[in-house]
Amino acid sequence: MRREVRLSGFGGQGIMLAAVILGRAAVMYDGKYAVQTQVYGPEARGGASMAAVVIDDAPILYPKVTSPDLYVIMSQEGFEKYGSGARPDAMLLLDRGLVHSRPACRYLEVPATDDARSVLKKVIVANIVMLGALVTATGVVSREAIEKAVLDQVPKGTEDLNLRALRQGYALGEGAIHEAA
Amino acid sequence: MSFEDWLRADRLPHIWCSGCSNGTILNCTMAAVDMMDWDPDRTVVVSGIGCSSRAAGYVEADSLHTTHGRALAFATGVKLAEPSLNVVVFTGDGDLAAIGGNHFIHACRRNIDLTVVCMNNLIYGMTGGQGSPTTPLGALSTTTPYGAAEPAFDLAALAVAAGANYVARWTSYHVRELEKAVKAGLETPGLSFIEVRAGCPTNYGRKNRIREATDQLEQFRTRSMLKVKYDRLVAEGKPVPHDAIVVGEFVRRSNPAMGVAP
Amino acid sequence: MQGNVASAEGALAAGCRFFGGYPITPSTEVAERMASRMPKAGGVFVQMEDEIASIAAVIGASWTGKKAMTATSGPGFSLMMENLGFAVMTETPLVVVNIQRGGPSTGQPTMSAQGDMLQCRYGSHGDIGIVALAPNSVQEMHDLTVKAFNLAERLRCPAFLMADEHIGHMRERIDLPDTVEVVDRTQLEPGTLPFAAGPGLVPGFPTFGKGHRVHVTGLTHDERGYPATTDPEVHAALVERLVRKVEGARREIADYVVTNPDAEVVFVCYGAPSRAVAQLVADKPDEGIGVLRLRLVWPFPEHALAEFSNATAFIVPEQNLGQIASEVERHTDLPVVPVPKLGGELHTPAELARVYEGVRR
Repeated sequence: MRREVRLSGFGGQGIMLAAVILGRAAVMYDGKYAVQTQVYGPEARGGASMAAVVIDDAPILYPKVTSPDLYVIMSQEGFEKYGSGARPDAMLLLDRGLVHSRPACRYLEVPATDDARSVLKKVIVANIVMLGALVTATGVVSREAIEKAVLDQVPKGTEDLNLRALRQGYALGEGAIHEAA
Repeated sequence: MSFEDWLRADRLPHIWCSGCSNGTILNCTMAAVDMMDWDPDRTVVVSGIGCSSRAAGYVEADSLHTTHGRALAFATGVKLAEPSLNVVVFTGDGDLAAIGGNHFIHACRRNIDLTVVCMNNLIYGMTGGQGSPTTPLGALSTTTPYGAAEPAFDLAALAVAAGANYVARWTSYHVRELEKAVKAGLETPGLSFIEVRAGCPTNYGRKNRIREATDQLEQFRTRSMLKVKYDRLVAEGKPVPHDAIVVGEFVRRSNPAMGVAP
Repeated sequence: MQGNVASAEGALAAGCRFFGGYPITPSTEVAERMASRMPKAGGVFVQMEDEIASIAAVIGASWTGKKAMTATSGPGFSLMMENLGFAVMTETPLVVVNIQRGGPSTGQPTMSAQGDMLQCRYGSHGDIGIVALAPNSVQEMHDLTVKAFNLAERLRCPAFLMADEHIGHMRERIDLPDTVEVVDRTQLEPGTLPFAAGPGLVPGFPTFGKGHRVHVTGLTHDERGYPATTDPEVHAALVERLVRKVEGARREIADYVVTNPDAEVVFVCYGAPSRAVAQLVADKPDEGIGVLRLRLVWPFPEHALAEFSNATAFIVPEQNLGQIASEVERHTDLPVVPVPKLGGELHTPAELARVYEGVRR
C-alpha cells in the first residue's frame, strides 16, 4: 500500500533528517520501497521546511506526495502551509507546543519539543520524538526499523540520547487520537 | 640538445611580425628548459589566446593551445592530474591579466607547480592593437585614441601578493638574465611567474613612437632599473623615473605548493 | 541514497579520477561526495575558482589520460559553454553533470527544471556534436553517469548527464553493482596522425606524456593537429566529422524505453516528468497509454517515434516550455502536444490525465 508522509516545520528542527531516517527505515530494514523528497529555500536555519516520504510495498512510480495520508507538523507556519488542507481521512501528528491550530482530520497532539526540553534536556531531538510517536500511532514503519535507521543517521556519541528520544515518542504515540472535528 | 631541438621545425616560420619580441622570449624559455634536461616526452606546454599563446604550437612537446584567458586553469588540470609532467605556460598581458585575471591570482594562490612566462607587450597584438590592462597611462592604442585613462596592472607585484613562489621581471633585451630567471622558475617548486616586457613594433610601437625594434630594445636598455636599486631609491626617499621598468627577482620563497612531482 | 551522491558513485565506478568543480545549488552534493571519496580512490578533487576554470581543468586532466568530470547547474553551465566547444573541437572525453534548476539567470536555485536541454545541444558556438542522458531515478543517476563516461570515452566528446533537481535531490532505493561495464578511449597507434579519423570517425587518443608530442588546439586544425584556420576544406571536413561521429552513432547508442507500442496516444518524456507518466499509465492499465521514455536525449532518437505505428498524437511533458517537444515536431507530421511546467514542481499524474483525455477525444 502506498503511504504518503509529509513532514513540516522550520529550518533547524531536523525535518529533513527525520524524513531521511523514515525513508531509510522503510527501505533498509522493512524491505519496502521509499522515496524521500523535499522543498527547501535559501535559508539553512529558520524559514519553512518541508520534506516528504512515500513508502510502498511495490516500486514507486510517482515520487512526490500529492495527497498525504500522514502528516508530521512542527510549526504553526508549516501547519498553515501544509497541514490545514489535509484530507478528512488523513492522520496528523502535531507538536503541541508549536502548533496552535487544529486540523479537520484525525490528529494526535504530541508534546515533542516540550518533552525534548524538559525530559531529555536536549530540544534538538524533538524531531526524533515525533518519529517515535509517528511509528506508534500509525505503524508506517516498524520500531526495529526506525531504531536501526536512527542509529545509522545520528552523530556518533548521541545514539543513547536519540534512542531515549525515540522511546519517549513511542509513549507519546499511545496518546488519545482526536477524531476529526 | 639545444633550444633549437625543442622547436617544431615543421611549424616554422612562425606567425610573429618582424621586430616582435616573442621569438626571443620563446628561445630564452626553451634554452632554460633545455638546461633542465627535461624529457620532451614528459613536458607539456600550455597557452591561451593571443600572439604570445602561439608559442605553444612551436614547441616540440605535448602542447595545449586553449581558450582566451584560461591557460592557467587548463594547466592546473594537467598538472594536478599528472604531477610527474613538467608544465610550462605561455601567456600575454591581455590573456593573463584581463580575461584570465581570476585564474592568474588563483593559480598563484594555489602555488601550483607551473612556470608561467608572460609576454607583456602592453597591447592586444593579434586583434590589432587595442588597450590592455598593462597599457600605461596616456599610451595610445586603437581603443585608447586619446591616451589610456586607466591605471595599469603591475603583474609581478600581483603575482607576489597572490602567493607565487618565484617572481621575476625582465625585458626582451635581457636575454641572459631572462634565461636564468626562467631556469630559476623551472627549478622552484610552486608557481613561478616570469613577466617579460616585450616589444610590439606593429601595434604598440607604431602608435607610441617606438617604430623600430632597435628603438624598443634601446628603451628597454635605458629605462630598466634593477629591483635592488629601485628598492634603495624608494627607501632613501629619492625620486624614481616614472617610466622606469623595474627588473630583477621580486620573490623567491618555498611556501607550500600544489602539484609538485612526488 | 541521494541522486547526486549516486551520480558521484557512478562516476567513480566508471573510472573517474579527476573532479574539478565549483559549488552551485542544486548540484553541490556531487562535489561534496567527490571531495570525500576521490583521495581514497587515488584520484584528484579540486575546487576551482569558477565554472570556466572547472571545465578547463577537467579538459586538461582528460589529456593526461584521466577520466574527468564536473558537476554544475544552469548559471555554471552557461559559463562552461565556450570551453565545452573547445572540448568538442579537441575531441576531449569528459562528463558534465547538470542538475537543472529554474532559469533563466539565477532563477530558482532550489527548484527543478529541464530548461537546459537545448543549451546542452546547441549552447556552444559553431556546429557541435555531444551526447546527453536524462536519468529518472536515483538508480539511473548512477547507471547513466557510468554510461555518460563510456559514451564520452568512445566518441571522444562531452557527455552530459542532464538531470533535474527532483532526481538529483531525491533519495530512494538503489542497487550498487559490484562492477560496471567500462569503456576506455582507444589510444593513438604510433605512426598515425593524431586527428585523422579512426573507426567510427573517432581518432585514437594521444595521451600527454606518452611521447606523441601532439599539438592540441581549439583552432581549426589539420590531421596533424596544426592550425589551418583559413583552409575552407579543412574546416568543413573537421566540423562535419565532429558532428557526424556522434550523429552517425544515433541508432547504435540510442537508449529509450517503449511502453504499449500499439497505442494511439503516446507520451514522449525524459527525467522526472516520466515518473508522472509512469504513474498515469499504471493508474489506467486498460487505456494502453503509449510511452517513449528517453534515457538518452541527444543525439535525438528520431527513429524511436516510428515504434508507435498506430500513433495519432504525441504528448511531451517537460519542465520547460517545450524544448524537446519542438524536436519531436521536427520528426513527425502528427500533432505534438507540449505539456510545459515551469515553477519547479513536478507534473502530477492528474494533470497529465487531463491532457491525455483531451488529446484522446
